[in-house]
Amino acid sequence: MKEILKDLNKAFENKVRLGVMSALMVNDFLDFNSLKELLDVTDGNLASHLKALEKNEYIEVTKEFINRKPNTKYMATALGKDAFRKHIKAIEQLLK
Amino acid sequence: MTKEKYLEDLKDIKSMMERSSRFISLSGISGVIAGVLALIGAYLAYQTVYYEQDYLSYRKAIMNEATIIELLTIALGVLILSFSAGVFFTQRKARKNNQKLWDKQAKLLVINLMIPLTVGGLLCLILLFKGFIGLVAPLTLVFYGLALINASKYTLSEIRSLGLFEIALGLIGCQFVGFGLILWAIGFGLLHIVYGVVMHLKYGS
Repeated sequence: MKEILKDLNKAFENKVRLGVMSALMVNDFLDFNSLKELLDVTDGNLASHLKALEKNEYIEVTKEFINRKPNTKYMATALGKDAFRKHIKAIEQLLK
Repeated sequence: MTKEKYLEDLKDIKSMMERSSRFISLSGISGVIAGVLALIGAYLAYQTVYYEQDYLSYRKAIMNEATIIELLTIALGVLILSFSAGVFFTQRKARKNNQKLWDKQAKLLVINLMIPLTVGGLLCLILLFKGFIGLVAPLTLVFYGLALINASKYTLSEIRSLGLFEIALGLIGCQFVGFGLILWAIGFGLLHIVYGVVMHLKYGS
């Protein structure tokens, strides 16, 4: 039981962060607006959760300019994908 | 932390993975309409090619410049009407689901559908003008099937098996050229109607 709880990740307890990671697991990258539409949250709310995930080094951020407009792309890091997989496994174990 | 919360989390994860990577607003009704239009088109083509002939005796497909132009017109008409119906009903479903019609997934779907479809379309035009008329109908089935399989990663998973059936019908048509039009009617008509009904029942409109 302790082993299982160890893999449950506090970083993914929040619904927005869970959603961001789920989306980034199956997409090479997503930009800010796509994430916003998918999750149906406000700019500020999404930004703060993205910051938290970035701080954990679970996601990587690249900024580029398209027609002089800034475009921010987010992708899951190997560390983030691994942690998320463990988190899902732990949930499945708990539900057994 | 209760069990329900984790169950809901798992559901959220699954739904988000689906929604963010697949275009799920594809409408079943548009499949049915495309199927009916294809059957009408096949009937018109049949009338064009086998006109003034006894139904019971050996029939010969009559192909000259006039009938080919007529066939191309029918094909183009079916294509445009089916496409319009598809966009209309899919848009309606997307609006109902609160999803955008032209999002990243829809773009991926269209791009991956169009690559084999364009290649097949151009090849069929080339064959048509070089006189290999019998292969055109079955090859449209083959390339349409390949296009569906290629695009199925980005939409409802049923599309993949529809693609496999289209390819099988197309290959049979290449071998038995005389059944080309009938197999075409089954592939583009009947299968679209069947899959349209199934998807309408399973996913709603």
